[in-house]
Amino acid sequence: MKFDPRATAQMLRFDEKADRVVPPTGFTARLTLFSAFAMAFLAVFALALSMAAGRIADRWGDELAQSSTVRISAPAGEVATQTEAALRVLRTTPGIIDARALTLEEQRALLLPWFGPDLPIEDLPLPQLIDIQETDDGYDPSGLRLRLAAEAPAAVLDDHARWRRPLIEAATRLRLLGWASILLIATATAAMVTLAANAALAANAQVIAVLRLVGAKDTYIASAFVRRFALRALTGAACGTLVGIIALFLIPSGGEASGFLTGLTIQGVGWLWVMLIPPLSGLVALLATRFAAIRVLEELA
Amino acid sequence: MIELENVAYSYGGGELLTDINLTVPPGSFHFLTGPSGSGKTTFLKLCYGALQATAGHVRLFDRDVRSLERDDVAILRRKMGVVHQDCQFLDHLPVTENVALPLAVSGQDAGGTDANLKELLAWVGLTARADAYPPELSGGERQRAALARAVIMSPDVVLADEPTGNIDWEMSKKLLTLLVELNRMGKTILVATHDLGLIRAAKAQVQTRVLRISNRRLQTAGVDL
Repeated sequence: MKFDPRATAQMLRFDEKADRVVPPTGFTARLTLFSAFAMAFLAVFALALSMAAGRIADRWGDELAQSSTVRISAPAGEVATQTEAALRVLRTTPGIIDARALTLEEQRALLLPWFGPDLPIEDLPLPQLIDIQETDDGYDPSGLRLRLAAEAPAAVLDDHARWRRPLIEAATRLRLLGWASILLIATATAAMVTLAANAALAANAQVIAVLRLVGAKDTYIASAFVRRFALRALTGAACGTLVGIIALFLIPSGGEASGFLTGLTIQGVGWLWVMLIPPLSGLVALLATRFAAIRVLEELA
Repeated sequence: MIELENVAYSYGGGELLTDINLTVPPGSFHFLTGPSGSGKTTFLKLCYGALQATAGHVRLFDRDVRSLERDDVAILRRKMGVVHQDCQFLDHLPVTENVALPLAVSGQDAGGTDANLKELLAWVGLTARADAYPPELSGGERQRAALARAVIMSPDVVLADEPTGNIDWEMSKKLLTLLVELNRMGKTILVATHDLGLIRAAKAQVQTRVLRISNRRLQTAGVDL
């Protein structure tokens, strides 16, 4: 039986009589339902993981790409002078919109998550930080470093590239890992449905013999199995997706300080992908069962 | 209608049938006899395209089986009703649905055929057993249900493999009566059997030709039958 898209489409057409020719029960029904349920549940999480990683990669990329920091590490008496010198250099550097020394309060806020509110920041030899906002085109970091070295030797430019790049790369890889997991889940679903369909076809060799005896074409015989398995996979995947969504909602929200784990949610168009899980599972089951049916019918011929 | 030309069939390294030549003309009534294991079932399977000859040509309705796709064979088989000794039903469906199965697989709607179906079940004496399931039927009822299924598409040919193998003589005579009726309607009948009593009873009612498989070859049987 050659691949014929029209024949495959016909297999989806509801035909109550054709569906009745295959005995309705068996362990393969439960196996397909459970496999589709479990795989859809995992797919929801893989999708959420991939999307959360994607959001983080985008956020880090957007938020940090156009900002830099200059750190003034000088003896207490020279900090103000070095800061003024550095600000002068920065404000005359092409590609920099604004440069501003952080206040003591802003520096305290930065340290708050690590040291708590009672830190006597005034008594600590902390470096002065200067926040830089860049234009879209950015500045030339090598040139700026040379100018700072000449006019404010205590100033150290940190353009965030050193630590931002691996983080973005990690988040991007995590996103790819999520999609790879979804692909693996789809493959595993296909494999399990193929096994279940093979078992069902083998168990119904007598049914196939009777159908052939009365003049049934292979397409008719295959379609009776294909529709049944596709429907079971669709049902199982719909339940798995629903339970997966509920489980996602049960993950505590991190509020404004939402991090990676607490941000494991589906947002916006991501819901469209989630809604596609059941029909795609049904489609995977349809193709896998058709493949198995063709093979078994060839063997039984 | 059915033509076999220099047909041979081998299986597992051994030749079951060899040098078979036969033409089954429309409206004829043929019996095929021979000892158990002589190849009667294999011969019938060659005649309805379930097996491919390993040599020679089998032509069904003027088409060489070897040149046909499986789906083409399936379509040809709708012109041929087949009755097996073990009947082969779908046990989870009632008699009516089993009998109507050829209609379902050929995409013919039951609309308008319900009356035909009832008439057919009445003809084989199974009206009262229409809603029973195959495992609930006796041997004779199963054979009659199988015959009803074989003829529901109004086939040109009816092939029966040991149709009386599991039933008593009274029931065998009833089944023969149905086959003779079909033949008088113009259907071609080919029955494989080792029941010589059935052949004699048939010869008393209708003109038949009796063939015998002996030593892997097809022969015309003698008049001692």
